[in-house]
Parts: sequence; structure tokens; C-alpha cells
Amino acid sequence: MSDLARLRELSNTVCIVGVDESDEIGTVPGKSQLTLHVEAITNAARDAGIKVSDIDGIFTAGQHSPATIGEAIGVVPRYVDGTTVGGCSFIIMAGHAMVALYHGLCDVAVVCHGESGRSGVGVSPRRDTALPGQFEFPYGFGGAPTYFGLITTRHMHEYGTTLEQWAQVAVSTRKWAALNPKARNREPLTVKDVLDSRPVVWPFNILNICLVTDAGGAVILTRADRAKDCAKKPVYVRGAGEGSEHVMLTQMRNLTFSEATRRSGEKAFAMAGVKPTDFDHIMLYDAFTSGPPLMLEALGLAKRGEGVHFFAEGRSTPGGKLPINTNGGGLSYTHSGMYGIFPIIEATRQLRSECGARQVPNTKLSLVNGMGGMLSAAGTLVLSNDGGR
Amino acid sequence: MDLERPLPTPITPECRPYWDGAREGKLMITKCRACGKPFMYPRVSCPFCASRDIGWVQASGRGRLYSFEIAHQILNKAFKVKTPVVLAMVELEEGPRLLSNLVGIAPDPKQIRCDMPVEVCFEKLTDEISLPMFRPAGGAR
Ligand SMILES: [Zn+2]
Repeated sequence: MSDLARLRELSNTVCIVGVDESDEIGTVPGKSQLTLHVEAITNAARDAGIKVSDIDGIFTAGQHSPATIGEAIGVVPRYVDGTTVGGCSFIIMAGHAMVALYHGLCDVAVVCHGESGRSGVGVSPRRDTALPGQFEFPYGFGGAPTYFGLITTRHMHEYGTTLEQWAQVAVSTRKWAALNPKARNREPLTVKDVLDSRPVVWPFNILNICLVTDAGGAVILTRADRAKDCAKKPVYVRGAGEGSEHVMLTQMRNLTFSEATRRSGEKAFAMAGVKPTDFDHIMLYDAFTSGPPLMLEALGLAKRGEGVHFFAEGRSTPGGKLPINTNGGGLSYTHSGMYGIFPIIEATRQLRSECGARQVPNTKLSLVNGMGGMLSAAGTLVLSNDGGR
Repeated sequence: MDLERPLPTPITPECRPYWDGAREGKLMITKCRACGKPFMYPRVSCPFCASRDIGWVQASGRGRLYSFEIAHQILNKAFKVKTPVVLAMVELEEGPRLLSNLVGIAPDPKQIRCDMPVEVCFEKLTDEISLPMFRPAGGAR
């Protein structure tokens, strides 16, 4: 069997059957991140019409190991995965769950997240800082904006992209947030507002940077045959891909083109049998306004340097031809730290036509793409609401 | 002593020659003896050919400003240098890239340009530690 045939065999074999956030998202100082995590799982199980005890595969990233989550929900899992490569880990793990389900290593998988990113309740950071401690922190680096700004400045140098164009991404995303009752920031926003907001790390002002919130989210998956018995219309995983290039930004081969994202997208599109131009709904991890345009370029939807045009021309906004980040994104809806679970939740809701005022009419094929770190890792999902190829 | 910056911590055994060099005003980088390619950060295996035959060489200290940012606030409380500060990624003429600060120029995006030539200079923090920094080539303005 060819490599492509092996990939294609996985396509549409597994469905997303349940999605939800924690009871509350935003500023939730009264709950530990483990509580946010468990709330999301129980809510997603209810959405799927399954019992929590049906879950036998646990996929999670960040500070909680899948063992912690199994213990907390009273499940002895048959399969665990704790791949942690940044915020896109949940997108990658939806692909891992697909493989495990396909091979019968588990029957009902949960991909889940809980993070008290704003309030810091139950948080205990611990990571290996030997290299950044020597080569980055003495210079004032630390915190995502001090790295992603370097990517952004170089893009402006190579392609002539402007601060106004980055601001358009925030403006477009806010228009969607205005339609989402769960979004944190919903008031109208202009390019001038973004350009006049508080400078943080040039080329970023505060409105170029995502929110910091408390939130949990969970996604339940099962094989397509079993999905038909669940509460809601199944959403098919038509393609999945992942990539990982670097951690330290000095090691990124081309600062303006994410190799991890390119590889992730190519694999997902090949599995799904789709072209980059086939989508009618797109979710892109927006920790910074410059992230989504660079992802469009690496995924092959836009030429290099031209990703910003999707936002400047209004294609991405409500009523536009190619809606992007319809939940309001990490920029305006929520961003707990590892945002990757939330674009999967929104794409699923759009494909189920559950989105009320922000519903994109006739959505059939959705692209979910996220980054880990500074475009260091990537995960891509191609989701559809029919099982056809 | 009240330091303006966090000291490089922890200095790992693999990186010790870098910091020993910096104390003497030399920018030391690792180089693969098998394929001849220099690289940073220091590690025991060449990222290009996986050879374990790695040595140290002194870099020229010349390079170009690959990218930059102007920090108006710094999250790390141990960093007390007055902002705005220019955060820089420098590409050495030997190839490897380093993060650093660009000094000797106004922190103004209209004056600083990607690809401008830069050269290393050292800021002594303690008797043990000097920090490689970069300034516009040809001396400070
Ligand atoms: Zn080598």
C-alpha cells in the first residue's frame, strides 16, 4: 500500500461527537485549573450523549498528565497520550486519537484542556529553562510577545507588510466576537484603536496580542459507526496532520515561513483529499495578529507575504467569502494559554449549525490549524459534516 | 551588588566555554569538525550531520541584524534596564543566529533596519560574566 493510500484509509473513520467549554470561561478565580478541565470533560460528554465512564482514551497536554485526568474523572483508561508541544497539542492529539480509535486501542476518546492562565489557581510552572536562561533571559526575552515580534518584524522587512495590516486581523476577529455571547471582548474595534493601544513590544501593541484567561475545553471522539448513536450530528475528521520544527527561535530555519505548519497542512490535506482552497470556514490559532496571515501562507492558501490580504479585504469577516476565527479567536474570545482546543470546538459547532448570530451558512468543510510555541510546532485538522470524500 | 539583568543561569557544562570566552571579550561558537559547519547553541551532536566531533572556534563578531523588536515593558522582574530596549536576533557571518540586545542606536523602528551590519561588544556584569551584545558596525553613533 502506498503512503498516500495509508493516510487516506484513516480519512472519515472517526468523528467528533461532543464539544464544550468549562462552565465558565474568562476570569474564574474561584476554580483551579483541574476543575476547569473536569467541567469541560463532563460538559462535552453530555453534549455527546455519552457517560463519562464510557471514555477509555485520554489525550491531554500541559500541566495535567492523562493519568491525573483519568483519576479525576474516575476512569481507568485503555489509552493515554500526553504529547505537549505547545498550544496546538490538542489539535495534534485529535489526530492521535483518530489513529488510536481506528486501530481499536480505545473506543471513546477525550481530548481535553484546563488552564487557569489568568488567575493562576492550581498552577505550578515547571520547565527546563537551561538554554533560554543562558541565551535569552539576560537580554529581556521571556513571554511570547518578545519572540513572535521578531518573526513579525522580519516579515515586514521581507514583504512590506504594515502595522495597519496586522491591525486588520484584530478588527476582523473582533467583528466575530461581537456575535459570540461567550467572547470576552465584544465592543467594536477599529484599526486606529489597535494602532493607538498601549505599546508592549514593537511591532505589537496590546491589541495585537491575545487575551489571558481561565478556561477549559474538551472534545469527544469515537469511530464513525458508533458516532451515529450519539446525541448530535457527527463531525468527521477527514484529515489530520502535525509538524514540529524548533523550540528556540534562533533555530527556526526561515523566520517568516513555518516549516512545521507547511508539513502539518500538507499531511492533513493529503489525508483528506482536499486542496488548500477548498475550505468554507477556517480556524487559525491567533495568539498574535501576525499569526493567522503567516499560517495562511505556510498552509498554501496565500502566497508568501499575502496572508494579510484575507483580512484587509474583508473576506474573513461576517458575511465574507472565507470566514476566519468565527468564535472571536484568542484575540477577543478566550485564550487560556494553550488555546488549541477552542478552535476545534468552534469548527464543530459551525459544522453542526449551532452558532446562532455568527453561524456561517452552509459550512461543509472546515480547516483548523494551530501553532505550538512560536510557530515551533503545528497541528491541522480537516473537518466536515458529511462522510463523503 | 544590584544587577540590571538576570545573570545567565544555569551555566551548563556544555556552554561553559562560551561564557569563559565572553569574559575575555571573545565570542566563541561551536563548530562541527566533520562537516565544518558552525552552529549555536552548543550541543554534543552536530545538528547538520549528527557527528559527535565538535569543537570551539572564535567568531569574528560581525554579522547582520536579522530581526528586532523594541520592548516597552519586560515581564522578567530581574530585568531592570530602562525601557525601551532593543531586542535583537543577530545572524553571525559564520551562520549561527543569537538573541541579544542592539545598543548604541536609538530604540526607534525608523532608524533600525533588518540586515544592517552589526558587531559584537561585551557588557561586564560581574567578574565572572560578560554578556555579548551587538551595536551598529563601525562603532556607536
Ligand atoms: Zn556536522
